[in-house]
Amino acid sequence: MTDTVGIVIVSHSADIAKGTADMVRQMVGSEVKVAFCGGNSDGGLGTNVPLIIDAINSAWSSRGVAILVDLGGAETNSEMAVEMLEPERQDFVVVCNAPIVEGAVMAATESAGGSSLAQVKAVAEELSAG
Amino acid sequence: MSLQPEIFKSLVRSAAEQVIASAPELTSLDQAIGDGDHGTNMKRGCEAVLGKLDAISAEPLDAALKMIGKTLVMTVGGASGPLYGSFFLAAGEAASRHAQLPGDLADIFDSGVTAVSARGRSQAGEKTMLDVLIPVLETLRTAAGQADLIDRVRAIAAEAAERTAPMQATKGRASFLGERSAGHVDPGARSSCVLVQAVCAGLEGQQ
Repeated sequence: MTDTVGIVIVSHSADIAKGTADMVRQMVGSEVKVAFCGGNSDGGLGTNVPLIIDAINSAWSSRGVAILVDLGGAETNSEMAVEMLEPERQDFVVVCNAPIVEGAVMAATESAGGSSLAQVKAVAEELSAG
Repeated sequence: MSLQPEIFKSLVRSAAEQVIASAPELTSLDQAIGDGDHGTNMKRGCEAVLGKLDAISAEPLDAALKMIGKTLVMTVGGASGPLYGSFFLAAGEAASRHAQLPGDLADIFDSGVTAVSARGRSQAGEKTMLDVLIPVLETLRTAAGQADLIDRVRAIAAEAAERTAPMQATKGRASFLGERSAGHVDPGARSSCVLVQAVCAGLEGQQ
């Protein structure tokens, strides 16, 4: 199997992150690596950089990783997590400006078809353009 | 004034302790216009910094600032983790190029402020921590070398934090409230004020 773009879901809520990942898996099967994280290090609502880095590593693919986020802090922390990666990996990870559930499903569907990271991001972001 | 390792250590300790002591106030400000986690997030980050204080203060200034930044990024969570983390990471990077204190202090601080602005895609006047950090930077430049520098920095930090109260937020969670965000001091501006004032108080104690 050729590698497909990995999908990471970052929500402030662990329940939303898991629920979104469940929906993605049901709709696109296991062709695409999906990882998710949500909540802060105290178990409350929030996002946290070490968990995002772990999720990126677990969804890692030679084709790259697309991150879907919910609110502002998830985006800021995801961007920070990308910058904490080794420099040679940073260009292979993008944060998509898209609604988290629809974006994750669209991105994963596009990825399952073998599309590039740029195509996956573009398809997810079309949802925000309308 | 030169920044001896033991002075640096005491400044970091007092800044972290002041933020921890302010956590209830920061949380109540954040409950008014945000998601109510700024106090606990900052407390968690500052406790992590205190836990590593010996290792941090054993490093040269640039590496120490970067270590503080990385610790905050990894522990604070929320948007304030990357924002404060970016400030210290960039300040540390600048300190590796501009190592003369106090002469280079404004340049080092400037790099931190620029990083916060880039990370948050935010400017002055948007009811954020930048509304304290930018006036503090301007004072560091205009009052550089003057005897009352510390007093002026302390005063401007307090004034600038208060000036965020009537502002309407256009960035961050508070922006969801629109006009209703006016009337409360911004929690990030307040935590920046607490940090700046703690460092000022610590430096005054050294004189």
